[in-house]
Amino acid sequence: MKLDTSGLESTSPFFGSGDELCPELSAAPSFSLPLSTDDTKATLKHAKGTTTLAFIFKEGVMVAADSRASMGGYISSQSVKKIIEINPYMLGTMAGGAADCQFWHRNLGIKCRLHELANKRRISVTGASKLLANILYSYRGMGLSVGTMIAGWDETGPGLYYVDSEGGRLKGTRFSVGSGSPYAYGVLDSGYKFDMSIEEAAELARRAIYHATFRDAASGGVASVYYVGPNGWKKLSGDDVGELHYHYYPVTPSTVEQEMAEVAGA
Amino acid sequence: MARYDRAITVFSPDGHLFQVEYALEAVRKGNAAVGVRGTDTIVLGVEKKSTVKLQDSRSVRKIVSLDNHIALACAGLKADARVLINRARIECQSHRLTVEDPVTVEYITRYIAGLQQKYTQSGGVRPFGLSTLIVGFDPYTGVPSLYQTDPSGTFSAWKANATGRNSNSMREFLEKNYKETSGQETIKLAIRALLEVVESGGKNIEVAVMTREKGLKQLDEAEIDAMVAEIEAEKAAAEAAKKGPPKET
Repeated sequence: MKLDTSGLESTSPFFGSGDELCPELSAAPSFSLPLSTDDTKATLKHAKGTTTLAFIFKEGVMVAADSRASMGGYISSQSVKKIIEINPYMLGTMAGGAADCQFWHRNLGIKCRLHELANKRRISVTGASKLLANILYSYRGMGLSVGTMIAGWDETGPGLYYVDSEGGRLKGTRFSVGSGSPYAYGVLDSGYKFDMSIEEAAELARRAIYHATFRDAASGGVASVYYVGPNGWKKLSGDDVGELHYHYYPVTPSTVEQEMAEVAGA
Repeated sequence: MARYDRAITVFSPDGHLFQVEYALEAVRKGNAAVGVRGTDTIVLGVEKKSTVKLQDSRSVRKIVSLDNHIALACAGLKADARVLINRARIECQSHRLTVEDPVTVEYITRYIAGLQQKYTQSGGVRPFGLSTLIVGFDPYTGVPSLYQTDPSGTFSAWKANATGRNSNSMREFLEKNYKETSGQETIKLAIRALLEVVESGGKNIEVAVMTREKGLKQLDEAEIDAMVAEIEAEKAAAEAAKKGPPKET
């Protein structure tokens, strides 16, 4: 299987990328790349424990995610940045292996910048997502775990693509990825209207993430909401989901509690 | 591959790459080619050596399309051209596949020029012996462009240019007579430039016109003859106007 090693070129120049007169790929790396078996997958256990979502609406694209990283039942971090800034007008979301997502998104950012420099115009969201999808496809079966959405604004308007490590790539207007996605879809799909203002869309995204973190053990931490418009992306909010809970379901003091409070005051 | 790394193209003591310069000589011996950019039309014209009687002239098309919106004409070694054109066509499709967008004229020119340059800096190969004229419309902005590449691998954009045999005379003519034109006027300008160095007649020139809407259209002999006749008539009228008035008074 021909590997797209363009992602590794800058880090490994000795892989014979010199005299290329024929349009073939450079020589294979000196080690044999392992093919992922079911055993490997089970050991790594990247259960894509997360909730991320993105949708296109009248004003642009709204992207939101939680911030919990879990290793089985252990919460390894509550403050992971799952929305990756590829460049000032494109965002990527992280679901699956954190290292895989971070590395390949960063690599995609490099490729997008090189495209801009070479062609004197920004790369389209279509093009960027295709570049990532082609790389992930060439590593298919080798254990990468990436479930990402590429959201951006280009010459043709807002763009949203879902790309995963199986090599799939889908264009769409509403996506949610991760273990908490069913819950997020429930809230997102029932509340979605194309004609929303930015505030309404942000509130919808925030609520969808919150509800997913409420029910899904592998999602939690902080609900971040980003907006991508004609001038690029902007972070709108980052709210702790614990606090969001009391915002949506405030504790109303019952009569018994009120009496006790008065007694304590007296 | 490793054994053939004795370079053929090496620097001379005074900084010349002789193989590249010899390649340019080969271009200068090739058939004349001209390209003119108008506001909505781009024209490529190539000299056709008088058709050998038994040859099927349709098999020697000198102006080819690289994609729906890009065309190329060249001067020099035709066999080298075939190889370069095939690689360029593959690149056009590969670009469509990887970024889901058609190439821009500048991109494919840069690719072809890059290829030509690679062969001046590799072991065991000689440079391509051809200069190309690449025309097309930008797939988004619709802006027409004309580019030229040469065996050294340099490229630049032009309003009008000529390459091949007697290219200097054609270029001089274009410099004197170029102005922003569109439609038929652009075609006439290109044909007039070619007629400076080629025997008059539809069977000695091949002309192709590219428009944003219709893509590349090769003019057939009858159409070329008609334009040539128009040009001759205009020339005669201009001559008569110059000589006419003094006699009338």
